[in-house]
Amino acid sequence: MNASQLSASFTHAQIGKNKTESIIAPDNDLVKLVNPTHGRKVNQSVTGLPRSIQRLLGPVLLLCLWQLLSYLNVFDPRTTPSPTTVVLTAFDLIQSGELQNHLLASLQRVLKGLALGLTIGLTGAIIAGLSRLGENMVDSNMEILRAVPNFALLPVLIAWFGIGEEPKVILISLGVLVAIYINTYSAIRNVDASLIEAAYTFGVKKRELITTVILPGALPGFLIGLRLALTSAWLALIFAETINAPVGLGRMMSDAREYFRIDIIFVLLAVYASLGLLSLSFVRFLEARLLTWRRVFDGN
Amino acid sequence: MATNPLFVPNVVNVRDLTKAFDKRTILNHLDLDIQAGEFVALLGRSGSGKSTLLRVLGALDGDVSGYIQVPERRAIVFQEPRLLPWQNILRNITIGLPQNDQSRQLGKNALAEVGLAKHTQAWPRTLSGGEAQRAALARALVRDPQLLLLDEPFGALDALTRIRMHALLRELHQQHNPAVLLVTHDVDEAIFLADRILVLTDGKISFNEKINIAGTRERSNQHFATLRTKLLNELGVEHV
Repeated sequence: MNASQLSASFTHAQIGKNKTESIIAPDNDLVKLVNPTHGRKVNQSVTGLPRSIQRLLGPVLLLCLWQLLSYLNVFDPRTTPSPTTVVLTAFDLIQSGELQNHLLASLQRVLKGLALGLTIGLTGAIIAGLSRLGENMVDSNMEILRAVPNFALLPVLIAWFGIGEEPKVILISLGVLVAIYINTYSAIRNVDASLIEAAYTFGVKKRELITTVILPGALPGFLIGLRLALTSAWLALIFAETINAPVGLGRMMSDAREYFRIDIIFVLLAVYASLGLLSLSFVRFLEARLLTWRRVFDGN
Repeated sequence: MATNPLFVPNVVNVRDLTKAFDKRTILNHLDLDIQAGEFVALLGRSGSGKSTLLRVLGALDGDVSGYIQVPERRAIVFQEPRLLPWQNILRNITIGLPQNDQSRQLGKNALAEVGLAKHTQAWPRTLSGGEAQRAALARALVRDPQLLLLDEPFGALDALTRIRMHALLRELHQQHNPAVLLVTHDVDEAIFLADRILVLTDGKISFNEKINIAGTRERSNQHFATLRTKLLNELGVEHV
């Protein structure tokens, strides 16, 4: 028994003692005494596992259930393969190098689309956020772009850019730039006016105002935008790869559909899910690193 | 001009200052002088225009008529600390100054003076209300102001913290000797801290008196009590 366990059992004994005392102490019908510390442990994980692993509990249980039901032949394997079949298929696809090939092509498209969308969205948000003139020039255009469903622009993009890489990247960037723009712009405009007023009284000039007051203040909003942008980028990728893609996850998907390879389709769904989750944990990582100054409710 | 050693120049000159908002006159042909190093408390009921006057002197409120002169080097402490939550305390203190070692050293010195030497790297959210307001004082002091404008700076603090802040402010005033305009609704605070007390009523200064209290400024002091009653009467509060 180590020291911490010892002290833990000691506190327990104390609490137990208090409990008996409270029963012995003025025990009348009017006052019921309870131990206020009972059953409340703050910031103490039950298992000692990190939160990120604890959060996998739900999906793991679901997979086990799925495997069990497949084993009991509840599902038709032609429409719903078992998790083990999906894993074996994935293993084959990785061994042949097929999956990596397509994944890399898709990843490149998404990264290019993100880079383009981030640049335009962020520049637009800063121009519109920092001045009335900028707002007049940029904001309405962005509102219109937001109102048009991106995928409805696909025919126009094909007409302008052909069926190569460009329309795919641009389609991805459209959703990204709208998500980044809307959230960053509104975050800039929501920076506490009293802080800006105070900064002016302390002789802060435009440049410092932007770099130390407005942009850091808008960072939480930008990160929400980034979260939505990543979600929209993966969604747009699926649509983008329906345009004559010789390589990419979308190509793999349509091939699998054509040859009735339901197991490959499930592998791809798992890949899309992992990519989505990875992007979200990337944003969470950024939030944890960049927003240490915030105190927020963490569910504990 | 400054050849006579007894001559103390005015750092605030206000003549015929009028400020109206939607036909409502907030400041009405107001005159005000503050000497260099003088500590002036400005009392007034809520809505009397005392914060507006401070904001005009702090160049936060334009759109006025009249003649106003204030020092170029001035600083404000607001009722809320108004620290940037995403910058550490030291960076908050040195905001608006050239970012170099000299400014950082000045900032550290100012923080040490208000008793926050250990908190230079802390986030503002981790400070208590009193500590945050002391940081706001340090942010004002580091600019070496000739006029320090205090807009009910202790209004949101608890009574015990407020007492400590009064002592600190007196100390800092003796050290740095800026002219101070303290806007407050706390009569005791005004008597305890100021050299001169003004009362603003209906946009005009209705009371203007230097404090001459022999001995320590405590409530038990007879002069203190007399002045207190007089000021409360002036503010429209009878028999307290």
